[in-house]
Amino acid sequence: MKIEILGTGCTKCKTLEEVVKQAVAKSGKFVQIEKVDDIMKIMEYNVVSTPGLVIDGQVVSTGKVLTVDEVLKLING
Amino acid sequence: MWKESVDYLTNNILHLEGHLGDAVNFFIYDTVKIWFLLITIIFIVSYLRTHFNTEYVRAHLQGKSELYGNVLAALFGIITPFCSCSAIPLFLGFIQARIPIGVTFSFLISAPMNNEVAIALLFGLFGWKITAIYIGFGLFVAIAGGFVIGKLGMEKYILLNVKPMEGELEEVKITLTMKDRAKEAWDYTLDIFKQIYLYVLVGVGVGAFIHGYIPADFIAKYAGADNPFAVLIAVVMGVPMYSNAAGIMPLVEVLTNKGMLLGTALSFMMAVTALSLPEAMILKKILHTKLIATFFGIVGLGIIAIGYLFNAILS
Repeated sequence: MKIEILGTGCTKCKTLEEVVKQAVAKSGKFVQIEKVDDIMKIMEYNVVSTPGLVIDGQVVSTGKVLTVDEVLKLING
Repeated sequence: MWKESVDYLTNNILHLEGHLGDAVNFFIYDTVKIWFLLITIIFIVSYLRTHFNTEYVRAHLQGKSELYGNVLAALFGIITPFCSCSAIPLFLGFIQARIPIGVTFSFLISAPMNNEVAIALLFGLFGWKITAIYIGFGLFVAIAGGFVIGKLGMEKYILLNVKPMEGELEEVKITLTMKDRAKEAWDYTLDIFKQIYLYVLVGVGVGAFIHGYIPADFIAKYAGADNPFAVLIAVVMGVPMYSNAAGIMPLVEVLTNKGMLLGTALSFMMAVTALSLPEAMILKKILHTKLIATFFGIVGLGIIAIGYLFNAILS
């Protein structure tokens, strides 16, 4: 599984990255986490409100900071 | 009913009279009223907005004719969330979808200006009529401002070269149940409330002090009808104050009670919420200073014109 956090470097994006890391640690699964701050790459996902969250190439959330539990739920599918 | 309870508390339980009684009464009454309204209105707006995200707005603006696009973008601005850190992706994303630059600016003006905190505070402090007028003028500035910027042909001042995408745009689909939406809206409401409740408290506190102790003619003398520069000064003061909108509104209520004209107050609020310095700094990375200056200039002029117009109509 691969999770990408889309964001240009604002506080919300950093917070979401931390949340994802915690959720992944809690899940105990092997997950690849990548922070995407290249604006062109973000746009390839059609996302215009950051932070965005992408799991295995699918956009699952845009424009908000999720909680650890919400991310866990997404990881466990 | 709430008013009577507070009156009873300050008169019969605390036995406060005169200036101090006035100030304490005002402080308790206003703080609770504003907090209540903030929570209610932010929740309603956040719930509505779970149906409209910026991606959705972009998909709907794509391929619309210019003026119609301006109107639609300004209307979308009322209900969609916008944080200035999203300004760049939003701008580039809109260009990528071949949405005209003027339409993009209509959205960029409307979204922060008609934000839920400003609307909630206005509604609580000045009633629905003033709120409706504020939103109406806000939409007008967004539509007209965007339209003018679009007509100036400033596309060359976009510093980044974005390839327009091929074919139709697909919306990002995120499905939510009603319960999810309510929970999301509630989390968001609490989040915003935590950020601003102190500002409201301080704002009302200072307001209460002015309400109780500063004579009306003092403010009327400096910001009232006799000062032709009042609107201008209000707008210049409003620009760097973006983050403190919540604390300033309660003050504005007192100032208008004490003789500041409503047009001046509205101009001030529009300047605080629509022209934000942090947003300008962020946009500077992708837009030429000329374009940003035009953006600020047109919106600033619009806001000043509205202030004077409003003052003239009401006096």
